Amino acid sequence: MESSLDYIRSYPPEPSSLIPLLQRTQERFGYLPREALEEIARYLGMPLSRVYGVATFYAQFRFEPLGKYVVKICHGTACHVNGAVNISQAIREELGIEEGQTTEDGLVTLERVACLGCCSLAPVIMINEKVFGKLTPEKVRKLIRELREGKLDV
Amino acid sequence: MSEIKAIAVGMNSCGIAAGAKETYEAIKRELEERGLDVKLKIVGCVGMCYREPLVDIITEDEIITYGHVDPKKVPRIIEEHVINGKPIEEWIVKRDWWENGERKTWDVDGYFAKQKKIVLENSGYIDPENIDEYIQAGGYEALKKALQMEPEEIIDIIIKSGLRGRGGAGFPTGLKWKFTREAKGDEKYVICNADEGDPGAFMDRNVLEGDPHRVIEGMIIGAYAIGATKGFIYVRAEYPLAIRRLKIALKQARERGFLGENILGSGFSFDIEIKEGAGAFVCGEETALIASIEGKRGMPRPRPPYPAQKGLWGKPTNINNVETWANVPWIIKHGWEAYASLGTEKSKGTKVFALSGKIKHGGNVEVPMGITLREILYEIGGGTKTGKRIKAVQLGGPSGGCIPEELFDTPVDYESVNATGAIMGSGGMVVMDEDTCMVDVAKFFLDFTVKESCGKCTFCRLGTKRMWEILDKFTRGEATEEDLEKLEHLAYKVKAGSLCGLGQTAPNPVLTTLRYFREEYIEHINGRCPAKVCKPLIRYVIIADRCTGCTACARACPVKAISGERLKPHSIDQSACIKCGTCYEVCRFNAIEILTGREE
Repeated sequence: MESSLDYIRSYPPEPSSLIPLLQRTQERFGYLPREALEEIARYLGMPLSRVYGVATFYAQFRFEPLGKYVVKICHGTACHVNGAVNISQAIREELGIEEGQTTEDGLVTLERVACLGCCSLAPVIMINEKVFGKLTPEKVRKLIRELREGKLDV
Repeated sequence: MSEIKAIAVGMNSCGIAAGAKETYEAIKRELEERGLDVKLKIVGCVGMCYREPLVDIITEDEIITYGHVDPKKVPRIIEEHVINGKPIEEWIVKRDWWENGERKTWDVDGYFAKQKKIVLENSGYIDPENIDEYIQAGGYEALKKALQMEPEEIIDIIIKSGLRGRGGAGFPTGLKWKFTREAKGDEKYVICNADEGDPGAFMDRNVLEGDPHRVIEGMIIGAYAIGATKGFIYVRAEYPLAIRRLKIALKQARERGFLGENILGSGFSFDIEIKEGAGAFVCGEETALIASIEGKRGMPRPRPPYPAQKGLWGKPTNINNVETWANVPWIIKHGWEAYASLGTEKSKGTKVFALSGKIKHGGNVEVPMGITLREILYEIGGGTKTGKRIKAVQLGGPSGGCIPEELFDTPVDYESVNATGAIMGSGGMVVMDEDTCMVDVAKFFLDFTVKESCGKCTFCRLGTKRMWEILDKFTRGEATEEDLEKLEHLAYKVKAGSLCGLGQTAPNPVLTTLRYFREEYIEHINGRCPAKVCKPLIRYVIIADRCTGCTACARACPVKAISGERLKPHSIDQSACIKCGTCYEVCRFNAIEILTGREE
């Protein structure tokens, strides 16, 4: 981490600033580096354990750097009944990693999400900010191969 | 034909996911290249998600909507309709026109025929990023009217309207407001719960993205009635577009004096702040949500005291869901009598549902309370997209249950839905057909609650996990009759031994499937999955008579489990097959079948 958190003073030093600060920090670094958490704890005057307690409670926060591409596999109900399990299996095989992991080359992080809210296009995945819907295992394998080869516009 | 006033593209998350951005860009280019001076704008989602991207051609007296408009369709629409004034009949999916100031809608699927729009009246019709369009549609008139009234008068109207909480529990909204108003405290808060976490629910997202001012207006009226000076909208972080549009809307509302100090000269001051959720389903529970805003782990606490007495930072707080707030301006504007004339004796007004799963017409619908499930699923939803029979509908997400077809004449109101063992919930309606395994569905929801349990109560933390393990045994064909009893027993214990709604309702998907689809559980004990979903219980085989030896499946198989000579029947090596279903997808000759149990 190169510098201290220059935005920290724009938040009032109160407990309720903790989650917004964590969110801002993750936006900046892509994850929550330990040094940043220590700085937030000092600024808010709370023990580091409390900061970690809150950060690990919420699914949004990560403690390791993200891959260049984040593939979110939707496991919502509509996606589930339309075959999300097979979509997930195809992606995991193509990438050789499990949900929650990042490929060794740091290119792709695979995440599972509860619902992306695009239920009428189920099953869907999201690559960075772009949603891909009405998938089949075959289609999704092609997508992932294109992503690896840098041919996918996301 | 009258002059074209604007072209609009439906640009909520659902539309964008279906390609609306590309369509929007294509229209923009086409207009520029042809030098046409026609206004191009965005609107929210009208609810027909299944026909997106949607493009409206708007004239003084009607709106013509085209469906599935990809960039390739754009030149013809511009050429024939915009320039030559001849609508392309075969592409039209919807028409709106006005009779005596009232909007009428026709559509090609009969999707809107039984709908009644209150919450969604502007969705898909106005630009959500432009406050003027909301005001032109009658927006903020209710606020002006409310500020002329006494706060008690407003609360009385909301009570008489019969409005109940749309987040799921159905508590009378006006009473909740009354309790918070009467609670002692120098400072009071209102909160909008936009932590729409049920998988399969996307009503609130659509309202926030398509008509954010309606929610804000509802909150200002509520704050005035309650005597609150500060409001929060707690939105899940997974809804970035909703957050962006809310921020725009709040800024515009402040600029026009609808928010801030001395609103419209009334002496009443109020402002709203957005709080982003951080991905915890339990934060949909009001006390957990409050803990989260306070910067703590989102864990529920026992009630009483209710938030109306001791809420955010110990101050009286009123929490309502997005849809509840969005009803408020309409009730104030049209009067409680108009609202109470819709619906049933105990459930008034309308309810928005998100239709998804195997349904043909997936999207958002708003219907009067009391309509039957059958009407929603068949007349509005069009049945399944596969043409297969609807087996069940899941209502209420992980807290809800699966309602079987024989109960589809159940009217949609809080009490009738509860009687089935499901709950109204926030409005997710996921349709399941014969290819859906009910045991797998129950396990799916349990998997969700196991992950989302905050861990405070033992029964919720451990009981759901043990239930999941039993269900897993069923899906592997290893369960016994005894497991069936254990599962049921544990389900009731978890219900009784949990503090908040999450744990109390987590067993519902299991209990309803046990009640209505018990035979499917028994089939699993016997090693069969009738829907052919549970992988350990199925095998893929090639029917030699139908196989042409085209090799498509062998090439597609990711584990090279399929072998055979070209133009001769192929076969699958069962020990290598991972049952991914790819061969089944790619075979064009129907030569691959899925077998379960002892089927040959």
